[in-house]
Amino acid sequence: MMHETYKLTNLELLEAESMHILREVAAEFDNPVMLYSIGKDSSVMLHLALKAFAPGKPPFPLLHVDTTLKFPEMITFRDEFCRELGLDLRVYINRQAIDAKVNPWDLGTVKCCAQLKTQALLDALREGGYDAAFGGARRDEEKSRAKERVYSFRDSHGQWDPKNQRPELWNLYNGLHVKGESIRVFPLSNWTELDIWNYIRKENIRINPLYFAHERDVIVRDGLLIPYEEGKTPLQEGEKPEKRLCRFRTLGCWPCTGAVNSQAATLDEIIEEMMVVRHSERITRVIDHDQDGSMEQKKREGYF
Amino acid sequence: MTINAETLTKRNEQVDVLRFTTAGSVDDGKSTLIGRLLHDSKSIFEDHLESLGRDSRKLGREVMDLALLTDGLKSEREQGITIDVAYRYFATPKRRFIIADTPGHEQYTRNMATGASTANLAIILIDARNGVLTQSKRHGFIASLLNIPHMIVAVNKMDLVDFSPARFEEICNEYSQFAARLGVQDILYIPISALDGDNVVNPSRRMDWYTGPTLLSHLENVYIEADRNLVDFRFPVQYVNRPNLDFRGYCGTVASGVVRPGEEIMVLPSRKTSRVKSIVTAEGNQEYAFCPRAVTITLEDEIDISRGDMLVHPNNLPYVGSQVEAMLVWMSDTPMTPKKTYRIKHSTNLVRGQFVNLRYRVDPNELHRQDAEELGLNEIGRVELNLMRPIMFDEYKRNRQTGCFIVIDPVTNVTVGAGMVINRSMKRGGSAPGASASPVSKNITRHTGAITSRDRASLLGSAPRTFWLTGLSGSGKSTVAYELERELFSAGRACYVLDGDNVRHGLNRDLGFRPEDRTENIRRVAEVARLFNEAGMTVITAFISPYQTDREMARTIIGSERFTEVHLATPLEICEQRDPKGLYARARKGEIPNFSGISAPYEEPANPEFRFDTSAMDVDEIVQRLTQSLE
Repeated sequence: MMHETYKLTNLELLEAESMHILREVAAEFDNPVMLYSIGKDSSVMLHLALKAFAPGKPPFPLLHVDTTLKFPEMITFRDEFCRELGLDLRVYINRQAIDAKVNPWDLGTVKCCAQLKTQALLDALREGGYDAAFGGARRDEEKSRAKERVYSFRDSHGQWDPKNQRPELWNLYNGLHVKGESIRVFPLSNWTELDIWNYIRKENIRINPLYFAHERDVIVRDGLLIPYEEGKTPLQEGEKPEKRLCRFRTLGCWPCTGAVNSQAATLDEIIEEMMVVRHSERITRVIDHDQDGSMEQKKREGYF
Repeated sequence: MTINAETLTKRNEQVDVLRFTTAGSVDDGKSTLIGRLLHDSKSIFEDHLESLGRDSRKLGREVMDLALLTDGLKSEREQGITIDVAYRYFATPKRRFIIADTPGHEQYTRNMATGASTANLAIILIDARNGVLTQSKRHGFIASLLNIPHMIVAVNKMDLVDFSPARFEEICNEYSQFAARLGVQDILYIPISALDGDNVVNPSRRMDWYTGPTLLSHLENVYIEADRNLVDFRFPVQYVNRPNLDFRGYCGTVASGVVRPGEEIMVLPSRKTSRVKSIVTAEGNQEYAFCPRAVTITLEDEIDISRGDMLVHPNNLPYVGSQVEAMLVWMSDTPMTPKKTYRIKHSTNLVRGQFVNLRYRVDPNELHRQDAEELGLNEIGRVELNLMRPIMFDEYKRNRQTGCFIVIDPVTNVTVGAGMVINRSMKRGGSAPGASASPVSKNITRHTGAITSRDRASLLGSAPRTFWLTGLSGSGKSTVAYELERELFSAGRACYVLDGDNVRHGLNRDLGFRPEDRTENIRRVAEVARLFNEAGMTVITAFISPYQTDREMARTIIGSERFTEVHLATPLEICEQRDPKGLYARARKGEIPNFSGISAPYEEPANPEFRFDTSAMDVDEIVQRLTQSLE
């Protein structure tokens, strides 16, 4: 008799759970969409969707909310990747805000985010008539996300009410809603940052080159390495751009995403670095620190 | 420090996951314990620690308040309470952990049930100063209701009772009397001080009288492989994948059991049969799939199958019906109203249904049954549910995936209840809704005396076990059984052999050898073994017990911590040569129908605790190995 083992490793369990969630949404909702932000978590989520529906393709489109402040490398990566796999990618930009010259330097990060990300997202979801939207957020990222459901109910304004969430038991998800309301779905809820990297390595998932260490022009501000674009990044007093060997742990808008000093130029080196790193990845995101309970506030207003 | 990514990945491929939930009231120090686990296992990032220090100062706490780590929402931090279930993650080189941190103060039934539904283990916290409170009992009851296989009772704040072993013993005794009534199989008591870290991650120097494992060490080592149901194949069809005309696959997560290509399957509720053509994944076709893998199954025949149907093995059917008896936890401010129509989500089905009868409400503190008209928020009751169309289900105790459902309010769409099936009176695979025969008289109720099985075991001086010997006729079961009995008896252990000779002639003389008779035979033997174990005696059984499902049933009845499966894997040719009773010769001539190994199957155990070939190994050596396992 063939020898069979019935043990699943951590990564296999996570994969199975995520695929279950992806299929459940595809089966139960009329018009789901996958928020694709080009980052490592999105790459893993998309990879899981490709696996869940193989040999077919995922039965939903991808949506990228473009603030026009993304790193150029991100946009190139996004377009090439989606073209090669023949995926249905939809890009949404809050044109009105862009025309009104909304930017983080003049308005501050809170208002800039509200316009270019949260408002754009809500408009994109409403215009597309999507009743479910996948996001790649993980519970280990941030403390308000630790309270998030896998199926996160949002009212007709996309708002989250953390004190009034639906109980979620076993793997029985409740996606019922009336027209206008929607569900945000987080298939990676139980993954940690290290799981993501180990999985990328195991599955050989293509990720953006910004994650790898490279010499980049930055300015050092409040301990963060902020990318410097000549003529675009306003310098504060005493600041001078300098070259640093660094990489990005998370990808966002370039003015608000800090790099970290790193020599990790390969996946293995990133994982080695992860094992000894002493700071969470969200420390590199300016927007998490612009007010007390930042993420909770943004989520309440409709952010992922 | 340099770490090699290759070895890390390898290690990562070996770690498994333990999900646990923590329960305790506000002042039991639950959040402090979790903070301590995260802190001492070095799972907290420095920036999180810094903001913890800031928050502690802001709120006027003198020392760093580890509890603030788990309270994520602004209002929680301000009020110093936990509002909702929070999930925490940490890892050690051995295991990865998912904590469902559930608040204890209000709505705890609802929240704890939520956290418990996916947990392998529950930690019940008891304040050493206060001892066993009604809440501690309530938490234990919910853990057992949700069928969490393992439990730790952490007696906290030992520093405030001078690390007194007498106080610890007192609390253990009180709680174990209560826990005996819950039927919790695996329970461990640990004295800790979460505030100072004693026995949480590191052993306590101040409690050297405690010789058991620390909390983390137990979390890392508790054996969870056997908790899954790998026997009953259940595959709820989740999504039909038809990317082109040449491919039609059924996507789903294996809820329980194992499936292989070529096997015959039955589609429920239509009862049409086919064979598994392939098990498709993105990595290619698989030789087998088991729970909880997410796969795509294709079949040999074109059958009309859609979401909500279930694939099973035709010789192992779930209940099919529209009448369900269940324990129900109510989670809404609006009480459960009998005869109101709710929506029920069960596996991949969404069905309308009514609770036609609320049989009783359970007082979770004293486990008393009360008459009730309705079920309010955080109340638990036994209900009869009538569905508008039949579903495929199992008892929750046997199958956590196909035995659970949630209740959704049809107007607000909010999840208002959670149910655990306890059907004891229906026939498996029965197609007629409502067809039920109740073998258990309603006039029988259980009485529980004041003496616990722990008391009895300690009187007899040993923790009882059941050695379940299985193997073909002539494989050496009786020889091993009676030698083992002799050895144990002379070592002063109370023990008894159950075999065909002393059971088939009396207790089970009404049974033959058809598969259903064999199943009933095993069920009775297992029940008897359990009673013997409860009385403090060790049992050795010697039955062919050819079916995996029957042995799993025995394991469930006896309790996996007492059950030791011993497979005597003597080759068939040898057994046939031995043929002590001349049975093989007669079976070969066709004189004995249903003879295991000849005219009826013998399913080899997949993961027995022991496997011996008596043709290759001395009986004395086998007995010695089994005796050693008791030490």
